[in-house]
Amino acid sequence: MPTNPLVKVENVSKRFRVRGRELHAVSNVSFEIEAGKTFGLVGESGSGKSTLGRLVLRLLDANEGRITFNGKDITNLPNRQLRPLRQEMQIIFQDPQASMSPRMTIGRAIEDAMEIHKIGTKQSRRKRVDELLERVGLPSFVKYAFPHELSGGQLQRIGIARALSLNPKLIVCDEPVSALDVSIQVQVIHLLQELQRDLNLTYIFIAHNLAVVEYLSDEIAVLYLGEVVEQAPAEKLFKNPSHPYTQVLLQSILKIPEDPSSRQKMTHIQGEIPSPFNPPSGCTFHPRCPFATDVCRTQKPVAKHVDDDHKATCHLIG
Amino acid sequence: MAIAVSQTRPVAVKKNRSQFYQSWKRFRKNYFAVGGLVWVAIFFIIGIIGPWIAPYSYTDADFLAMHAPPSAHHIFGTDQVGYDQFTQILYSVRYALEIALGATCVSFIIGIVLGLWAGLAGGIADMLIMRGVDFMFALPSFFFALILSVLLGKGLFPMILAIGVPGWAGYARLIRSLVLSMRNGEMVEAARALGASQTHIAARYMFPNVVGSMVVSLAFGIPADLTAQAGLSIVGMGLNPPMPSFGNMLANASSNILGFPWLLYFPASIFAITLLAFLFVADGLQEAFNPRGGM
Amino acid sequence: MAEPILSIEDLRVEFDRSEDKVYAVNGVSFQIDPGQALGIVGESGSGKSVTLMSALGLIRENGKVKSGVVQFEGKNLLKMSSRQLEDIRGREIGVIFQDPMTSLNPVMSIGDQIMETMLTHHYAGHREAFDRTIQLLHEMGIPDPKARFKNYPHEFSGGMRQRIMIAIALACEPQLLIADEPTTALDVTVQMQILALLQSQRERKNMSVAIITHDFGVATNFCDKIVVLYAGQVMEMADTSAFIQNPAHPYTLGLKNSIIEVGQRGRKLEPIPGMAPTLTEPPTSCSFADRCPFVTDRCREELPKLRSVESNHLVACHRAEEVLARAN
Repeated sequence: MPTNPLVKVENVSKRFRVRGRELHAVSNVSFEIEAGKTFGLVGESGSGKSTLGRLVLRLLDANEGRITFNGKDITNLPNRQLRPLRQEMQIIFQDPQASMSPRMTIGRAIEDAMEIHKIGTKQSRRKRVDELLERVGLPSFVKYAFPHELSGGQLQRIGIARALSLNPKLIVCDEPVSALDVSIQVQVIHLLQELQRDLNLTYIFIAHNLAVVEYLSDEIAVLYLGEVVEQAPAEKLFKNPSHPYTQVLLQSILKIPEDPSSRQKMTHIQGEIPSPFNPPSGCTFHPRCPFATDVCRTQKPVAKHVDDDHKATCHLIG
Repeated sequence: MAIAVSQTRPVAVKKNRSQFYQSWKRFRKNYFAVGGLVWVAIFFIIGIIGPWIAPYSYTDADFLAMHAPPSAHHIFGTDQVGYDQFTQILYSVRYALEIALGATCVSFIIGIVLGLWAGLAGGIADMLIMRGVDFMFALPSFFFALILSVLLGKGLFPMILAIGVPGWAGYARLIRSLVLSMRNGEMVEAARALGASQTHIAARYMFPNVVGSMVVSLAFGIPADLTAQAGLSIVGMGLNPPMPSFGNMLANASSNILGFPWLLYFPASIFAITLLAFLFVADGLQEAFNPRGGM
Repeated sequence: MAEPILSIEDLRVEFDRSEDKVYAVNGVSFQIDPGQALGIVGESGSGKSVTLMSALGLIRENGKVKSGVVQFEGKNLLKMSSRQLEDIRGREIGVIFQDPMTSLNPVMSIGDQIMETMLTHHYAGHREAFDRTIQLLHEMGIPDPKARFKNYPHEFSGGMRQRIMIAIALACEPQLLIADEPTTALDVTVQMQILALLQSQRERKNMSVAIITHDFGVATNFCDKIVVLYAGQVMEMADTSAFIQNPAHPYTLGLKNSIIEVGQRGRKLEPIPGMAPTLTEPPTSCSFADRCPFVTDRCREELPKLRSVESNHLVACHRAEEVLARAN
């Protein structure tokens, strides 16, 4: 068990009001992340994985629960005290172009991050921009470019460089490669891996692509309609998926077959993800679950241990 | 396009790439806009130095030369009272600019305050302000200007208010939509994640991205206000004679059109060219700041 | 061997931009046989969509087909008028797109949209078209078709909308279905549903399908034959088995190594370096040379031609034999 985690999330919930209706984006989620590790959040659209990432960074405020960063309770920290802490917790976005000002050159964008926290002098900041660009594998002249002049892969490297400029401990990676081409995805994943090794970074890696999450993460939480349905170290989750939803997700991945005879059958479950405005009663997965029983339709399941560090929220376990 | 810079084939990137330099480069290519800008500049210079280059005072009536056609003494001729038309036009330019700029500022300031309020506060304030905008758009703003000028009386300052106050709605709507589109956007979220303060976000991230749209809407606002003030003068709610204005001159010319065409030609053509020049500049700015059509 | 249902020969497409030209498709040739499922695989900018869309006369205004022959049922589609093409699209060739929301009419009920396809192509009379629409909605797995006939596109989820698009595409029982990234915008569980639907429809109707995709998993599991495009050129074309077992182009090899699959924790990544070329000039040498681990001087001078390395396996690489040897 981690004794002194970098990030501790306890019973966090987040609700949004949209046109008078309540949407449960994240419900009662808890996890801990040890420094230097990668925590994967995986789920389909509407699972609340991006919201959860923003709650950890206090870009959104939780309705309930507690968030501890580096031993400090940041749940209700006022903005003034939160801002200096932001150096230590950064985020990279799925669409790096949308996250940058179209009017700022790349160099200015990275410098600005340091300027906000009054790191170094103008000269030292400029020098650091060059170093950072080299670190993420870009030639230094891209600092004169504007975001719209660069490709998605290059921009994602810039996003990483900007986050790194503050020497963070934690980086929330919100679908950082899902908008990129396959060959560029691997470049970026490779870079993230290298940086983690060299700088002892902690990642929260959010993605819908299970294979990528498995590849990068030490521990993984599977989210469905804002709830963690299963959480385990990566190997265990994939070796012994215990929640029916995790099983379905795994079956939905199309692997390249060894030969055409071993091709995957297009088995699938019925139905789609229900509206988060009125989630189903009992276990939210029951309308799509092949094993659903009466108890699943009426009673909310609680997380049960499959193993000491492997939990699943399903009535059928144990 | 995402292809300007490739890792294998570096492309030299120029260093002077500030927003305004880039916009100016695009503006320069638009000959209509540049021509318009030249005319507008001349118009401004005349507005400033007009009283010093005017051959007469605008209250000097040459009783010996009433209805005089253009001549060496009166290059644009005189009207029925004997006012020198050239002098009248020089002063008209000055007053037209004072009123148009003043009115645009008034509209813009009210618009910014209400637009920011609506966009940032949301809720009931937003609802009320936007219904106000709808109300203003439901009736022609000239109608409001007319009512206000009746209430406020004549003169330079009342005219600025009469034209300026009803013009806020367009600016308010623009600024509100800019604020809303950015406040919830990823750019601002990213800046917050970097730890930027509200003022830093507003100054470094939001302002540079709205300044173009605001300059363009101001550039369109000035010719609209020029027209409004001429309109007010024509219906008799403008500046009191003998204070000259394009509207007064045009109104006067239309009743003296037979026999004294110079009374119409000079002010009408100068006024029309000026309006066009402002619109060319505004169009040019629009393209220069928003090359891809959008915000 | 039967005549191919669609054959594209030496297609070249250019796009005019304000300052330059983009050579998007540079001499692409391939065939689709009757009943075959072809996967057209490539990354963004590879020309995979442009190739098929321009073959069907669906090309943006600044684009131009410079040369090529597109044979469909003995006729050259590139020589047809837009009227004639409209008759073929939707009637004999069904098309589905990545984003059904932009291709469905938002102010027309989905039932009417499906019926309209049949009526405009004189495929069925009114009564018959209505019955068939209900039947199609049922086949597409849309619950309670009669009640949902009158619903509008925004009243459906993304997956359901894609089913409706497929219903429209299949309404006139086309011989060929072209699907442009049909599952890219969908969640994985829904992707499976849509692929299963396409597969069952294809088997039942013995229809040819061309799937444009960037996803090797979709292509290898769904298709009989795969074409790999890069920089607007065919890099490799092979039966799926040869493609999986003996990739002969360094790009294909690199892409396959780039795909992270489940159960590969700890695998060392070997990314393809660099990025795709800009295509502002027509290719005169191998477009992949700058990123290729097998590159030689010849690759930088001579444009490799598509050639056969084994039966039903074409590769555009000067060093395909070495690649094959290395891969095995």
